[in-house]
Amino acid sequence: MHIDQLEKKWASISLGIAGLFVAVILTSALFHGIHAPSNVETIDSARLHLSEEFAEDNLGPQRNPDGGITVRMVAGRYGFYPKTMTLPAETNLTFRWVSLDVIHGVHIPMTNMSTMIVPGYVAQVKTVLHHTGDYPLLCNEYCGMGHAHMWSNVKVVTKSDWDDMNKPAGVSHE
Amino acid sequence: MNNAVEKKLALTHLWVAFGAFALAAVMGLYQVVERSGFFGFLASREVYYASVSTHGVLMGFVLTTFFIMGFGYYVATSSLKLPVWNKTFAWTGFGVALAGVVMAALPLLGGAASVLYTFYPPMKAHPMFYIGATLLVVGSWFWCVSMIVMYVQWKKANPGQPVPLVMFATTANAILWLWTSAGVALEVLFQLIPWALGWVDTIDDGLARTLFAWTLHPIVYFWLIPSYTAFYCLVPKQAGGFLFSDEMARAAFILLVVFSLPIGFHHLYMDPEQGHGWKLLHGVGTFIVTLPTFITGFTVIASLEIAGRLNGGKGLFGWIAALPWTNPMVLAMILGLLMLILGGFGGLINASYAMNAMVHNTAWVPGHFHLIFGGTTIIMYFGIAYYFWPVLSGKPLFCKSLALTQLWTWFIGMMIMTTPWHILGLLGQPRRIDSVNYNNLLTLSWEPYEATMIFGGAILLYSSGLLIYNLYKTQIGTETYQGEVEYAEPIHAPTDLPEYLNSFKVWNIVIAVFMLIAFGYPILQFFLMETFGSGRWGV
Ligand SMILES: [Cu+2]
Repeated sequence: MHIDQLEKKWASISLGIAGLFVAVILTSALFHGIHAPSNVETIDSARLHLSEEFAEDNLGPQRNPDGGITVRMVAGRYGFYPKTMTLPAETNLTFRWVSLDVIHGVHIPMTNMSTMIVPGYVAQVKTVLHHTGDYPLLCNEYCGMGHAHMWSNVKVVTKSDWDDMNKPAGVSHE
Repeated sequence: MNNAVEKKLALTHLWVAFGAFALAAVMGLYQVVERSGFFGFLASREVYYASVSTHGVLMGFVLTTFFIMGFGYYVATSSLKLPVWNKTFAWTGFGVALAGVVMAALPLLGGAASVLYTFYPPMKAHPMFYIGATLLVVGSWFWCVSMIVMYVQWKKANPGQPVPLVMFATTANAILWLWTSAGVALEVLFQLIPWALGWVDTIDDGLARTLFAWTLHPIVYFWLIPSYTAFYCLVPKQAGGFLFSDEMARAAFILLVVFSLPIGFHHLYMDPEQGHGWKLLHGVGTFIVTLPTFITGFTVIASLEIAGRLNGGKGLFGWIAALPWTNPMVLAMILGLLMLILGGFGGLINASYAMNAMVHNTAWVPGHFHLIFGGTTIIMYFGIAYYFWPVLSGKPLFCKSLALTQLWTWFIGMMIMTTPWHILGLLGQPRRIDSVNYNNLLTLSWEPYEATMIFGGAILLYSSGLLIYNLYKTQIGTETYQGEVEYAEPIHAPTDLPEYLNSFKVWNIVIAVFMLIAFGYPILQFFLMETFGSGRWGV
């Protein structure tokens, strides 16, 4: 068997390049906790309204004891519910998504808020939004004839503006 | 040897492949025009999604499968100097696959299978679509069996001899395809068909997506291997030189077969039904499969350099100018490599575990695969067609300069169409939309890119027309041509080849172990935890 010296050298360079990528990914995953959104949790899509968590009055952003915010949303042909929402920038957000019907996908352009929403499973994404402004929330997986009409709006405001808007009722502004 | 029967078998397959291609190319232009929204009278989401579904099935499944089968039959007989094993069996495979295509085409064209070519439940197509798609795959299994039987026949008759590289690669592809198609076959047979026919009420979408992911990455290598085969076994000879290394070529094909299988999860990076440990494992595997492509790039460019220098090219880059740029197959490979470099970069981003979130399911993704598949892979199919048509039909190529124009226009059209697609993805445009309805400032910035894409699409359709015209004129020509395809010789003929570079026995065991590690628990989990199925939804 004959393998050229040059070829051998190139093979080890290739291994090095692939190894470098793997090292970067492993470092960011294992030491910085940067992961693809993964959270294996099943749910009965046909009974969402009867579930504690995704009943209609529990949807939208809710403050957690630790200061972060959990946003619960339902995707169904052809819209995301609730339809509009205001969220704070620079805050730990946990999005939890479920589908009423078929597979959808959702992302906010130019952010890493992105996930597939598969019926029967709860999709969860943790992220921080850095820039304020109005963002569309788009369905990115073909879900039927109305796919291109499936979108909602998210308004991102500064953390202090959001706190002002979401003061518990009856607390005075001093 | 008289291989007229084999030539007819191969040519018939290739005509079905390019017939499907021509039809799909027309739909491609319609789609970029429709989704731009510039021509209001064309707007129809029903027609758009039926067209996208049909375009995908024709390009991804029909063109590729029939091309690979036709190519394989000719390669096997000409390189092994054996007649096709059991001709009735081979024609039966052709008939089954073609019947499947016709069956799937009816609901597709009628809008009853607008579930796109990835057919993710619980959106349900007409059962005939699933049954037709299954028959296409079953027909291709006939071809796999033929290839493996001929490989074994030759090895028995020539003990200890290295199998010709071109046949080694083709058999590698047959084995790859049997392993690859098993995932989607399980999904279709045990989930989709019983559910579409109403025998069971619900379907587990998470399991269906996992089984499909099993198929979804290696299928790309099934499509790519004939192009790589041409890189190694045809182009060096056409360019006037030799193959740099026969052994490394074999190693590259083995790496492709072994490592493309257990990495399909990168299509599920954004999915909720699999945990991140498994995704990370598959992510690491995904980078291993870049190795055969790096090796291929090096070996084929080294082979081109040898040819360029033999043709009199001097200096560091002089050999590039000395290559026969007017040989369609050499030109196809040069243009194909350029697109592979650009597309490969995009692929690294898709494959990167965390970067994927930015581009997942945006217009970036169709931009990427049109560059790699529609570009690199398909342009080599064209190059092979120009070389094979005279041999198979016994008539000289109608017009070489037309062939060169066709290859250049395909390259230019692909660049013009896929560049804006990538940019639209970064700007957040979702994939697979028939129109832009988002009432948002951001989406206004998408328009100039849509216009550019129409221009690219028009060039591509023109290029497709040139290809079909040239092949058709060749076919009906009156002059005769005699000749066989000639395969490239390696600089060093392989001697004392170890059995692991000449046989797949050990590799099949390795694949089985890898598959069990990579997909065993991720599939088993659906039977261990409580899952909730979905009913049937129309489109
Ligand atoms: Cu949707």
